[in-house]
Amino acid sequence: MKTTFKKCALTSLIAAGMAVGSAAYASDNGAVKLGLMLPYTGTYTALGEAITNGLELAIAQHGDQLGGRDVQYIKLDSEANPSRAPQNMSRLVRGDNVDFVIGPVHSGVAMGMLRVAQQTGAITIIPNAGLGAATNELCMPNVFRTSFSMWQDSYPMGKVAYELGHRRVVTITWDYAGGKEDLAGFEEAFTEAGGEIVRQILVPFPNTEFQSYLAQIASDRPDAVYTFFAGGGGVSFVRDYAAAGLKDSIPLLGSGFLTDGNLAAIGEAGEGVMTTLHYAETLDTPQNRAFVEAYQEAYGQMPDTYAVQGYDTGMMLVQAMAAVEGDTSDRERLIEALASVQLDSPRGPLSFSASHHPIQNVYLREIRNGKHEVVGIAHENLEVPDEACRM
Amino acid sequence: MDLAFFGVQLLNGLQYGLLLFLIASGLTLIFGIMGIINLAHGAMYMIGAYLVYDLTFRLGNFWLAILVAIPIAIALGLIIERLFLDTLYKRDHLYQVLLTFGLILVLNEMQRIIWGGDVHSVPIPELFSGRIQLTDNLQYSHYRLFVMGVCLALAGVIYWVIRHTRLGIIIRAGAVNRDMVEGLGINVRTLFTLIFSVGVALTAFAGMIAAPLTSIAPGMGDSILITCFVVVVIGGIGSIKGAFWGAILIGMAETFGSVLIPSLASMVIYLIMAAVLLVKPRGLFA
Repeated sequence: MKTTFKKCALTSLIAAGMAVGSAAYASDNGAVKLGLMLPYTGTYTALGEAITNGLELAIAQHGDQLGGRDVQYIKLDSEANPSRAPQNMSRLVRGDNVDFVIGPVHSGVAMGMLRVAQQTGAITIIPNAGLGAATNELCMPNVFRTSFSMWQDSYPMGKVAYELGHRRVVTITWDYAGGKEDLAGFEEAFTEAGGEIVRQILVPFPNTEFQSYLAQIASDRPDAVYTFFAGGGGVSFVRDYAAAGLKDSIPLLGSGFLTDGNLAAIGEAGEGVMTTLHYAETLDTPQNRAFVEAYQEAYGQMPDTYAVQGYDTGMMLVQAMAAVEGDTSDRERLIEALASVQLDSPRGPLSFSASHHPIQNVYLREIRNGKHEVVGIAHENLEVPDEACRM
Repeated sequence: MDLAFFGVQLLNGLQYGLLLFLIASGLTLIFGIMGIINLAHGAMYMIGAYLVYDLTFRLGNFWLAILVAIPIAIALGLIIERLFLDTLYKRDHLYQVLLTFGLILVLNEMQRIIWGGDVHSVPIPELFSGRIQLTDNLQYSHYRLFVMGVCLALAGVIYWVIRHTRLGIIIRAGAVNRDMVEGLGINVRTLFTLIFSVGVALTAFAGMIAAPLTSIAPGMGDSILITCFVVVVIGGIGSIKGAFWGAILIGMAETFGSVLIPSLASMVIYLIMAAVLLVKPRGLFA
């Protein structure tokens, strides 16, 4: 942990040195400071790194500059630790005087960051954390999100499930905020369409012993099961579901996070599982093909959803900073420029709602031959209502 | 609740309970005889699962992987006991708790360095890849039945050793009064090394045979640790018999609790623990 921190510190020091050196020649404005508050150690390391890679790729593709100014990255390991979030964010905003804060991955950390964002007015772009409140009850002019909300990714599946002919559905997730927000989206759309939720199962977090619930599902005999689990829980659930022989008689539907990044571990058990998400690496558009190629060339691996979210954060900065010609002194104008960003993203067209949340396509994907194949668009240009947002 | 559903849940509860027993047996031995609260016990379970994951892909065979992984687990126990615990026996309990807590952090970080943060899985071995039909729409993997058989067999072996061998007499005596055993000229230091390595090997083995049934992920041992402590406390510290019935009780309680009273699912086992401790403060079999 310590060495990583030192490495981070060292990289930012070198980056700072280079930025200062070149800034003296390039512009009288100085470098744009991007404060990255992402997990670089712990369970979410891969997510933090993918987001950073995507962000750096987008800016590198535009001459390593934002609005004609050089860019200085200040990376701070959030450790996905909510209790350190306010302090870490203050350090970036007050200590390093960054122009933009980019983070976090973890919704708990987001809560802590939002408090500081409100106090300091720091312009914050959330490249992952899907808690609904960030752009709803807690929305503020200086906070943007380039990722998703739990509701946005699950709501379209409700309609899809009904259209597939399912009328009675059992929903199952962990008993925690993220899981419940996800189920709420599905259940809203599914019951609106006329379907019935026969049972909602909340498994104590982070339990992955699913046998008793599977027996329950078998005896309920629903038309389909909708689920949200992530990481190890997702792998366990999909494998246990298939091993119990349920997959053939009761189709399994889920949020994209059920299987994203887990396809290898899930293996054959995942075949035929349908999920909805705002991205799929197999999306066959020129924008996505170009992105996948560039990402693979730069980092030697396939990009994932998190990499796209990082990339779009970078593209958002590129576009907004070009619009204000690199001038970050007029905050109102900068926020206005960010809010009116429109991207031709690898995930499809992307713009922002009044609550600063992405308006984007949500895709229906089915696992075929160990890949997320895009079946179609489950909901085109879906805007999250965010009715509680006042700003 | 119809009879078939009840039967299926009984089977689920039994299978979960038996696996819990395997993990808790090592914990109760170490706790009861050495007086050490091994907080790193869950981490050993995780190491067992990761070892089998790694070796299955290296060697191409699940059974071979287990054969190779067991000696590694025993060696790990030996090293920890001889190098670290040995220096702390004379000290206060708190030092041992601190040490084993530190071991959790070290082992978790080692796991990240060696195997990374991704989720992995081990396929169910070919031999037991079949399934039996429990009800018209629910199947049960042969491998789960096999795991139950192995756990039962090991429970039998442990019971026999404790009841009918000289070593068993020493272990039982040690659980009751350690000083007296030492006074009778038994080399307690060797006994401790043996108990600790066997305890670690048992939980690591549980991780190994559970690997095809679960997802192998960082921190997978942390949540199972708490449940196992509940089992040990309910059964009575140091009692293998207690660990067995405690594990079956908790297995059943979690299984039936989760479907019959879902709103209390996460509390059921603690309520049972509280109830047992009210009636029998030293646990059921101590």
